[in-house]
Amino acid sequence: MERVTALATEIRAPAATNRRLLAAGALIAFGLVDILIFGLFSHPGDAAFALSLSGASITVPTIRVASWVVYIFGVLSILIGIARATVMTSPGLRRLAIAVVLFFFVISLLIWSDTGSWTHGIPVNIVTLLQATLAGSIPLILGALAGCMGERAGVINIAIEGQLLMGAFVAAILASTVGLWVGLIGSSLAGGLVGLVLAAFAINFFVDQIILGVVLNLLISGITGFLYDRLMVTNAQTYNTGNTFSAVKIPGLGDIPIIGPIFFDSTIILYITYAAIILVQVGLFSTRWGLRVRAVGEHPTAADTVGINVLAIRYRNLVLGGLLAGIGGAYLTIGSVGTFGKDISSGLGYIALAAMIFGRWTPLGATAAALLFGFTTALGNFLGTITVPISPALLGMAPYVATIVAVAGLVGRVRAPAADGKPYVRA
Amino acid sequence: MTSDPGNQPGEPEQGPVDTNVRSSTATSGPPVRDRFRGSGSAIINAITQGSPAVVTILAIFSALVLGALVIAFSDSTVLHAWSSFFAAPGAAISATWDSIAAAYSALFEGAIFNPNTISAAFHGGSVGAIFYPLSQAAAQATPLIMTGLAVALAFRAGLFNIGAAGQWIGGAIVVTYLGFAVHLPLVIHAVVCLIGGFAGGAVIGWLVGALKARTGAHEVIVTIMLNYIMYQVLNLVLGTPTALQLPGQANLTSPNIEPSAQLPHVGGPPPQVGVGFLVALAAAFGTWWLLERSTVGFEFRTVGANPSAARTAGMSVPQTWVLAMLLAGGLAGLSGAVAIQGTFYSLNFQSYGNYGFAGITVALLGRARPVGVVLAALLFGALQAGGTVMQAVTSVPVDITNVLEGLIVLFVAAPPLIRAVYRLRRTEGASLGGAAKGWNG
Repeated sequence: MERVTALATEIRAPAATNRRLLAAGALIAFGLVDILIFGLFSHPGDAAFALSLSGASITVPTIRVASWVVYIFGVLSILIGIARATVMTSPGLRRLAIAVVLFFFVISLLIWSDTGSWTHGIPVNIVTLLQATLAGSIPLILGALAGCMGERAGVINIAIEGQLLMGAFVAAILASTVGLWVGLIGSSLAGGLVGLVLAAFAINFFVDQIILGVVLNLLISGITGFLYDRLMVTNAQTYNTGNTFSAVKIPGLGDIPIIGPIFFDSTIILYITYAAIILVQVGLFSTRWGLRVRAVGEHPTAADTVGINVLAIRYRNLVLGGLLAGIGGAYLTIGSVGTFGKDISSGLGYIALAAMIFGRWTPLGATAAALLFGFTTALGNFLGTITVPISPALLGMAPYVATIVAVAGLVGRVRAPAADGKPYVRA
Repeated sequence: MTSDPGNQPGEPEQGPVDTNVRSSTATSGPPVRDRFRGSGSAIINAITQGSPAVVTILAIFSALVLGALVIAFSDSTVLHAWSSFFAAPGAAISATWDSIAAAYSALFEGAIFNPNTISAAFHGGSVGAIFYPLSQAAAQATPLIMTGLAVALAFRAGLFNIGAAGQWIGGAIVVTYLGFAVHLPLVIHAVVCLIGGFAGGAVIGWLVGALKARTGAHEVIVTIMLNYIMYQVLNLVLGTPTALQLPGQANLTSPNIEPSAQLPHVGGPPPQVGVGFLVALAAAFGTWWLLERSTVGFEFRTVGANPSAARTAGMSVPQTWVLAMLLAGGLAGLSGAVAIQGTFYSLNFQSYGNYGFAGITVALLGRARPVGVVLAALLFGALQAGGTVMQAVTSVPVDITNVLEGLIVLFVAAPPLIRAVYRLRRTEGASLGGAAKGWNG
């Protein structure tokens, strides 16, 4: 064991200097892009940011920003990069530096895209953009929470993608034949069922969890695709009507300018997501149950010794996580577009996995990462609609590149629960 | 190692891929089957103890049974018959049987051979037509063999390569570019394209290996992310007229590659085997030779079985990872090359993901052995070819083949389940589960 650990540390630790310079270089590169691309190639005039939706009861005035502001952002980013290489030592400060530089980058990008001729003087509506971000993040957040639940208990869940897809399918078919609420509950149960199968094969039959997740995803893609062709295509009026939940505005909160329409005027699924984030975060880190789960994920032998039922905890967590991911899948059909399509989850489960890793296996971190990934998607869609000459593909890669950078230890270090992925056998 | 419950020697279902190494060192396990006891009893033992081959056959059988249920109970005629089961039980059962029999016989006729072609051959029809379904199966299997090898090769070195899809794209992009933008004489052009495809995939694979070797980034995470990055890269190059997009097209598709770069077919028409299939077989032979007969392959297998021992023996574990991923990526890229040069002739979004992910199932079913990979790919190729015919004849969607493939691999991956269902005795554990390992190593 010692030798393995020694090997691991030797391979894992890139020289601290290298990492410092790389991180600083990345920050400076963002600053240079701000200046050289968004600054030099900008168009004269101001960028406008609208902060309220049309028809809102309280309107917030539109903010106008001159295009030279991006130079300030660029210079600040470069200064932060230099500071990162020289004086910055506390991890919190380093993370803040990344956040600030990314924020400057996004704002510069928006200023640049709005001062151009592409928007025809129409302001960028920040509220719409953030609404789309939050809605698009729902399946990512719920999927990432499912991942956290499993991996904190020591079982790798790659089948998030399958859970989303199964949830989406069951939600669509039940909402079409029985009713919306039945669809929502059914989707949750379907996700839980996938979690149960995952648990059975991983825990009882010791199947490698990564293999298992991939195979389950393929299997679910096959089953839903088959039933889609068999039932939904031939009989869309019966099985795929496109029933959706409508938005519920929370009285009072929903009328607050800016915040209201973003956070408190959406479908029930968003509110479930809020509850799920809080429950999983508090549950994992502030309750006896959470302590047990984490003990099982870090050191199952020790947990077993003090009388914790390792296998039961793993089973329960995978099923509970599946219930959440299933709801995330329901968002894809009855929460947004209504109708099911083949492979509608389109890799969102894998982004959710990335978000969980990026968020360092914590519910809040995963949520933040999911929001970040959701934002890049929303931004990509937005830039696509105003035909800015940036390929949406470049923004589309951002979450994945960021995750590779994170696991390669270039920005901080991510570490999985110690017993993650290892089947537990009582000695 | 002893404090690690997941990797104890003799723990039957978690042995590494290379069971030769493990079973010879496992002292507490049951005795290895005696090969010299006479073939009759050996066969009986193999069946009752559930040897890997028997488990595989039972897994295929179980998958077909479950698939039959899915086919029957998604058929509205069958469901209608069952709703009046108590009035006419015979009708319900015969409707179920008819539904299953129609689908599976069409599947068989499309995958292996159609009895009608034999009788037709006797009455002056084409003899070649008998082999048409098999040639279709071989054609479908061709790219799967190579993505399967890409997963299997990495697997033997202890790496789980989920990135064959991304590496496939890497190879396909290079091949397509070389195919239409470069002008070369007949044979040379095709060979240059094949090499280019290998190189395109190898770069992506190398990146994974290098990241793992230098920073410890887990190859599963990196390959999953690279799949989607490469998908976006494909989106980018196919959407850029100066890169790969067919000029004057709004669609995301490339121009056709030049005829000189296309791989010809041998024999036919209609039963014909593409040169790509021969390339795939050559790749399988090369991988076998590399793994079983070369020093490099020995290092791969040693690192896969026990990195610490490999290191103690003076092998460079990180270097082995890099080389294994480079070659694995190259094989996946070669799959992209053959698919473009032999089948599609142009690159678009139709084939993304399918071959790469199917390669994982092929490698698992083939137990990460080159011969097994070829057989597994032929099986899945036959299922695909048969499924297409089945959809045309009986309107049962071809997606059922994905269900069958998923179920087969799921059962193969869980021999204890198959043993429990079929009441087989325990035997030496030849699981394909691989070294069950987590993100941390």
